[in-house]
Amino acid sequence: MNKEKTPLLGRNSTQTLLSSLICILLGLMVGYIVLLLINPRGANGAIMAILKNFMTYSKPNAQLKYFANTLVKTVPLILCSLSVLFAYKVGLFNIGAAGQYVVGAGASLYLALKLNMPWYVCLVAAVLAGALLGALSGVLNAYRNVNVVISCIMLNWISLYAVNTMLAQVKEATSPYTLPIKGVNPSALLPTLGLDKLFNSQYVTIALPLAILIPILIWVLLEKTKLGYELKATGFNSHAAKYAGMKEKRNIILTMAISGGLAAMGAGLFYLTGFEQWQTTQSSVPAMGFNGIAAGFLGGLSPIGAIFSSYFIQHITNGGAYVDKTMYSAQISDLITSLIIYLCAFVLFFKQLMGKGAAFTAGNANAEPAAAPQPVAEDTPQEDDETGKGGEA
Amino acid sequence: MENYAVEMLHITKRFPGIIANDDITLQLKKGEIHALLGENGAGKSTLMSVLFGLYQPEEGEIHVEGRKVDIRDPNDANALGIGMVHQHFKLVECFSVLDNIILGVEPTNGPFLQKEEARQKVLELSEKYGLQVDPDALIEDITVGMQQRTEILKMLYRENDILIFDEPTAVLTPQEIQELMQIMKNLAAEGKSILFISHKLAEIMEVSDRCSVLRKGKYIGTVETKNTTAEELSAMMVGRHVSFAVEKGPAKPGEVILDVKGMKVASKHHKNDAVKGVTFRVRAGEILCIAGIDGNGQSELVYGLTGLEPVKEGTITLCGKDITAAPIRQRSLDGMSHIPEDRHKHGLVLDYTLEDNMVLQRYFEPQFVSKSGFLKRGAIREYASQLIEQYDVRSGQGPITMARSMSGGNQQKAIIAREIDKDPQLLVAVQPTRGLDVGAIEYIHKQLVAQRDAGRGVLLVSLELDEVMNVSDRILVIYEGEIVGEFDPKTVTVEELGLYMAGAKREGDGA
Repeated sequence: MNKEKTPLLGRNSTQTLLSSLICILLGLMVGYIVLLLINPRGANGAIMAILKNFMTYSKPNAQLKYFANTLVKTVPLILCSLSVLFAYKVGLFNIGAAGQYVVGAGASLYLALKLNMPWYVCLVAAVLAGALLGALSGVLNAYRNVNVVISCIMLNWISLYAVNTMLAQVKEATSPYTLPIKGVNPSALLPTLGLDKLFNSQYVTIALPLAILIPILIWVLLEKTKLGYELKATGFNSHAAKYAGMKEKRNIILTMAISGGLAAMGAGLFYLTGFEQWQTTQSSVPAMGFNGIAAGFLGGLSPIGAIFSSYFIQHITNGGAYVDKTMYSAQISDLITSLIIYLCAFVLFFKQLMGKGAAFTAGNANAEPAAAPQPVAEDTPQEDDETGKGGEA
Repeated sequence: MENYAVEMLHITKRFPGIIANDDITLQLKKGEIHALLGENGAGKSTLMSVLFGLYQPEEGEIHVEGRKVDIRDPNDANALGIGMVHQHFKLVECFSVLDNIILGVEPTNGPFLQKEEARQKVLELSEKYGLQVDPDALIEDITVGMQQRTEILKMLYRENDILIFDEPTAVLTPQEIQELMQIMKNLAAEGKSILFISHKLAEIMEVSDRCSVLRKGKYIGTVETKNTTAEELSAMMVGRHVSFAVEKGPAKPGEVILDVKGMKVASKHHKNDAVKGVTFRVRAGEILCIAGIDGNGQSELVYGLTGLEPVKEGTITLCGKDITAAPIRQRSLDGMSHIPEDRHKHGLVLDYTLEDNMVLQRYFEPQFVSKSGFLKRGAIREYASQLIEQYDVRSGQGPITMARSMSGGNQQKAIIAREIDKDPQLLVAVQPTRGLDVGAIEYIHKQLVAQRDAGRGVLLVSLELDEVMNVSDRILVIYEGEIVGEFDPKTVTVEELGLYMAGAKREGDGA
């Protein structure tokens, strides 16, 4: 589109990028202040450790290995943030990415360990399980007007305990963890395509290129296809979508199914690397789905942006592990990274502020005041009210 | 030196990209009714918002009773004796009339309300100015006219001497308008100074002493009403002479396009049906107008017709095909176009570009989408550009302009272009000129007549009596969900229509 006419600050993309950067800086600053308050001596070292992550190591080999670890965990985060932003574009707030992630893990691990299925069957099963769970929320919303957020939160917990029960059948005898895939059914491990050698880590697999490819596919779906046109129209204005004869009930269900499938695929792409085993006694929903919300917003709700924001969030999350535990308690890394992630969700807020600022400086031939009562308002282009759409949970 | 109640001197108020008020001077004499005339977007509402303290002007000053004042918020305005009746009333629906009048200035004894005293005062005021209200009735149960009288009493109860009426007649029946005019004259006779915002020339001619005209944010002039004519005021308002009458030849009705029998549509607000079994036909080559006061079931009638809401009973036949239960898309494919009442809610996806909105009703056609489901962007751009040119839709960046950033008139033009270009058999137009300026209204009326002359059926739902009288070939009046009369616009008078619209008269179920 021709952007020459819009001044730099008025551009949507610039505003998104700037607000994302502001959020990151703000998050780091608040994190630093908290570190200072707890223990002033260690604050500099701690914040640097978080930022450096794998750079802490001096040997290039070790650096590469731990960089690879960060990447392995970035993959599911990218998929979860795609899940969240995809639903959000259609006007739905999928807080159920966490639960869909859980059933994705459950389905893939069960098929891998109990039924000895190859990796692609496990992965497809994970996607289907997540899609089904998402569609359930969609159906409840479309036909029974149940708020998606409510049904998703409840389904998150139902999923967690159901999956724990199911995976207890394939856990190690002496621990609460599921059996290692490598020992039971190596065919269920994702193929590495030689990436393991490149990154000096057996856990880097086909998941990594897929995590780049899928955001691009989602972008194409949203921007280039008839389905994307319908879904976005439903999200922007469901009344107009209905008026134009779009099937808004079908669109809601389809959106939630796609969204659920994405989150669950993230779980499949993570657990089928064998990097982690599922703990069948865990009593809280994995944070991955929720971090996907922050990553989605930090990436400016763009599928491509999600790749970068997800990496950043995973980078500081991993970096948190290197904070000096003699100076800070073990939970400090979680605290700091959650603070940063929390502030990441403010992207839309800053963007809106910037939009207003730009409107004043740039001017807009049509911008009348969102003025006074009544008839003028009829004739008034409205200010961007994107944040009114459901926003932060 | 004249004795002015309010002087607004050289007021300038800017908004990003626009000067809403450009050096405007308005002087309100004590005890006069001063009309403020201008089209939508002329700056009337902004100017009143400045006076009421909702906006701070960049330049200029306000004098009340000869003293320079600084009005920071509506409380300051109230303290200076300035009161306003907003176009959309600010009343608490589930409170009584009395409760609404004393709201915010409740007489109390400790924590307890002292309503008896207030009731006496309200009754005295209502007697003095001829404002009939039932102090104990709930707002939701009373007529719009009585709600407006409640608003007026609110100002009088607060002992305001400067009264602003913002488009007060928009929601009233002709009879209620007459009553309001009388009330305003009584108030002025008692020494109240009244600012009357309107774009209805007849009312201004009848009730005001002087009239100030604004156009596109600029002050055009002030005239003594008795020394001017409606034509002169209209020329001041729009800057050129416009023909009020719509040029059109006699209708040549053909076969029946739309046949509605006994249609009932449920109401979302109450248990009674909003549309209680209406029966009518629209023929090819005629404009049938459904007239009525807002809220008498017009919206629901259209929802039922277009498929936005299910029909409870009855049948709808379009070109011989029963579409009573057909989905919206099917109705559209069968030849129904719909210019919706609320262009922001239904008519447009405001966050889509103009070109994407132009294909909202036909994006799924093979010319715009490939078999594999990809949009043909080039074809969409070309089609949109062609419509933009043909229908003269103006926007900042052509097809890629965001619909949100366009002016209301051009948004409406875009919808009309889209709906007409679908080549419909039946065009349902609901308040197609609401909130638009005279130029755009003229344009839209011409398009409706052109559609009629091209042999399509046009169903026009309108609240504006001028529009009803000028555009339609046949008029049905709807009152409380029923059609209470059918008229020929050439033989019926506005007063007669008003009686039917207000439910004072009715004939057997219409056509």
